[in-house]
Amino acid sequence: MGLLSDPTRRKSIVRVLTRLNAPICLLCYMVGMACFMGLAFEPFILRTYMSENAMGSTMVEERFQAGERAIATAREFGVEKEEAGGMPVNWLVKAMRDRGLEVYTQTFSHTLPFPDENKERFMVKGTNVYGILRAPRAPRAEALILTAQCGLEDDNNQAVGLLLVLAQYFRSQVYWAKDIIFLVNEHDLIGIQAWLEGYHHTNISGMNWSPIQGRAGSLQAALSLELSSNVVTSLDIVLEGLNGQLPNLDLMNLFYAFCHKFDVLCTIQGKLQRNDWESLSGYTHAVQTMMLMMVKQASGHPWGDHGLFLRYNVEAATIKGINSYRQYKSSVNSVGRLLEAMYRKLNNLLERLHQAYFFYLLPSLSHFVPISYYMTAFGLIAISLPLRALDLWVELSVSPATEDGVANVEQSSPLVLSVLTPLVISHLTGVALYTLPVRFQEMAVEHFPVSETEAVVLTVIAVYTAGMALPHNTHRFVSGEGTEQGWRVLKLVTMLYLAVLLGCTALLNFSLGFILALTLVPVAASITPHMPKFPTALVMVVLSPACTLLFSVFAFYELQEMPMGFQDCWLQFLSVISQGILDHTLYGSMVFPLLTLMVYPCWLVLWNILFWK
Amino acid sequence: MMKLVTLALLLSTFSSTNGINVAESAGQFFSSGHTNNWAVLACTSRFWFNYRHVANTLSVYRSVKRLGIPDSHIVLMLADDMACNHRNPKPATVFSHKSLELNVYGDDVEVDYRGYEVTVENFLRVLTGRLPPSTPRSKRLLSDDRSNILIYLTGHGGNGFLKFQDFEEITNVDLGDAFEQMWQKRRYNELLFIIDTCQGASMYEKFYSPNIIALASSQVGEDSLSHQPDLSIGVHLADRYTFYLLEFLEDIHPTSKANMNDLFKICPKSQCVSTTGYRTDLFLRDPGSALITDFFGNVRKVELSRETINLTQPIILVEDNSESGEQQKEWQSYVDQLPVSEIIHQKPKQKDWHPPDGFILGLWTLILLVFFKTYGMKHLKHIF
Repeated sequence: MGLLSDPTRRKSIVRVLTRLNAPICLLCYMVGMACFMGLAFEPFILRTYMSENAMGSTMVEERFQAGERAIATAREFGVEKEEAGGMPVNWLVKAMRDRGLEVYTQTFSHTLPFPDENKERFMVKGTNVYGILRAPRAPRAEALILTAQCGLEDDNNQAVGLLLVLAQYFRSQVYWAKDIIFLVNEHDLIGIQAWLEGYHHTNISGMNWSPIQGRAGSLQAALSLELSSNVVTSLDIVLEGLNGQLPNLDLMNLFYAFCHKFDVLCTIQGKLQRNDWESLSGYTHAVQTMMLMMVKQASGHPWGDHGLFLRYNVEAATIKGINSYRQYKSSVNSVGRLLEAMYRKLNNLLERLHQAYFFYLLPSLSHFVPISYYMTAFGLIAISLPLRALDLWVELSVSPATEDGVANVEQSSPLVLSVLTPLVISHLTGVALYTLPVRFQEMAVEHFPVSETEAVVLTVIAVYTAGMALPHNTHRFVSGEGTEQGWRVLKLVTMLYLAVLLGCTALLNFSLGFILALTLVPVAASITPHMPKFPTALVMVVLSPACTLLFSVFAFYELQEMPMGFQDCWLQFLSVISQGILDHTLYGSMVFPLLTLMVYPCWLVLWNILFWK
Repeated sequence: MMKLVTLALLLSTFSSTNGINVAESAGQFFSSGHTNNWAVLACTSRFWFNYRHVANTLSVYRSVKRLGIPDSHIVLMLADDMACNHRNPKPATVFSHKSLELNVYGDDVEVDYRGYEVTVENFLRVLTGRLPPSTPRSKRLLSDDRSNILIYLTGHGGNGFLKFQDFEEITNVDLGDAFEQMWQKRRYNELLFIIDTCQGASMYEKFYSPNIIALASSQVGEDSLSHQPDLSIGVHLADRYTFYLLEFLEDIHPTSKANMNDLFKICPKSQCVSTTGYRTDLFLRDPGSALITDFFGNVRKVELSRETINLTQPIILVEDNSESGEQQKEWQSYVDQLPVSEIIHQKPKQKDWHPPDGFILGLWTLILLVFFKTYGMKHLKHIF
């Protein structure tokens, strides 16, 4: 007989699991943590390599020479920008048309739900300008895109200058098999969102935009350029996109291959590459890079203009030029040649990038952790939840047998009610946390001397803390008392719910799922009403989603080697909350709804269990 | 008098020996036994990064044409169009040398099988001659038992197979069987098979028909490497084996006496990196006696006959006896391609007449209404 269908064997397995449940759970958690820390140890993981055949062995000599002209164009653009007091639409249209592109514009306008204090905007109105370089001989079925945002004041001028000069250079070549779109967007992410929605005929954000007149076929790959200086010391590649989505690893491999060729220093997460992987400092450097990537991915925020393209299955990355205090500088010409090389390789693509991994972590540019490695670590941490659930199930199936059947039947309906009530109330609190802040900001502004943004954030914190007071008050309304069985059933349901929730989250946004699992799994697995109330409550609050967020913000600044004091951290935490809500309304980021509608209710139910009477 | 006799004797012996020499050289001249040459050149891979395979095939095509085989006797199969590929920075050209001097695509290339027509099925049909009647002459291998055929294959291959077009493969077993079919149908006199792919030697392992020489660019387990990377076009322009093969063929002209043994020596390991291989056990002659031009060139052989054929019988005109009424001419007509009447079944006519369906329903409704009118509405509750 099989292992699970043989009753004696099954009983023995179940006995082992129930007796050794706590040690097994603890062991799994520890091993999971160890696996995770081992992920950054470079001899254990894979080197990056180019997976796409079409981009592989071809080698071209780049002939781009117009770096100086790019700087001059950038200066001109800066002057025009100052004169126009924003985006110099007419000048850009004329500049692109003179370079032989088909030029179109798109206007858009949007009112944010509350003012964005980081970027200081509330009612946004702007224009995107884009030019299409038609492939001389190819059918207009596929396109590549290069974007540079029109920044405020002197920001990003060199990027726009380089974009225009590249457009002119590309126009004189005959070997393009795809159309190339050169896009200059206003108001960074909002402009890109408007353009993408117009191009793909969707409307997720509810923005008003004028229809896109000129199309170039389906987008295959996109690069976004951020360059604000005439010389660069290094080029940084940013991969994290909306909802933690990452582009295909081949795009990063392409970038890395050309960094070597053009002798430009390349970084990821702003950290330099090291060669000593086996040493301790090399290892800590890799861990820091990987943790930084995880924190960025978990936030669900698009960390560059490329972040919004990924949703439309367009592989995209942002290349940032960084000018720091190093000796060796690379000119804009080298950046231009690197872009030319990348576009020539992307030109050779026959289908979308799909050969390399879509899910990975990067401890450095030369090594990566594929999904198969990191999911093992997550699985080990999350396995405690189903194990605990199994233990509770066994306990529950054993205990009613001791009582007589009559009492059983009587208890079942109040049991269901006493289990359902905390669940429903917690989810309603979650819904309140999701809807109230934005909806009632006006009322809050009337009654309190705060700005709209502050009102929203403070409402969030208020509702969150109010939810924590629930268990002490709900017992006044729910008749009858909860039983020993009651909290067990509730905990069983919550375990399974949390396991499914964390599993699904980890599939879509691994870092978010992992960070939540790290803090929630110990809480969920070990909570019972019989523990000492006050210390456990304190631990629970420290491991609650809000505090996890606070610690993540703190870790983010630590890892970037810009440590902040508690006061600054707290202010950043508040701005992160407001950014999260804005990301959700503007671009459809799922982190805020997930945390408020699912994770927070889960945690609240566990809090209820702690205060179970 | 004696001097005349000796002179005559010497002269006769001289002429007889001369005659013998002529006969011997004539005998040598006709030793191969073939009267015409064919070539089947196939490039099996598509996509821009496989430019070199198309360039390989086109360069062999050029050499073979230069040495005399006309287009009508060459079946050229190219799986993709590199000259007009959108990514080609030099449109309408294909180069196989880094110097970019010779455009092997040229103005007079005749591609017989192009693009997606290059499939395993078409290749095997060309070899065995089993083509549908509508196939044009240019797509057929119309060889006979006195034809020497050159078969050149290039592309991506592995142990025992050659990849066609990225979705199918031909195995060495298929190829061996195809050649056996050719032998049994007397479609070749001698066959030279050259393959330039990775692990090419595996492709000739399963041949079992006589009169085949096979050459391959690499052994099983080895990769054939590419050559001539060009930085302006951005691809490799040729494979190593074919590059050195073409260098060798540059020195061959139609009257050259180079033989197969020289061909086996091209591309040593220092040049090719992979180990080339060849197979001559199926070849009934000595490979040293087989000239390069037996396969690559089109040296026309002439058969001299000393017999006279007497055309003694006069030509008689056959009388037209259509006046005799006995022979009834059968009227010829085309067979129905699509026998419609057999396929589409006619709806059978109804045998007996039924009243229309709606009529019956109406009749029942009428009956019910009459019933209830007569007996009153209270009976309705018995029904509903």
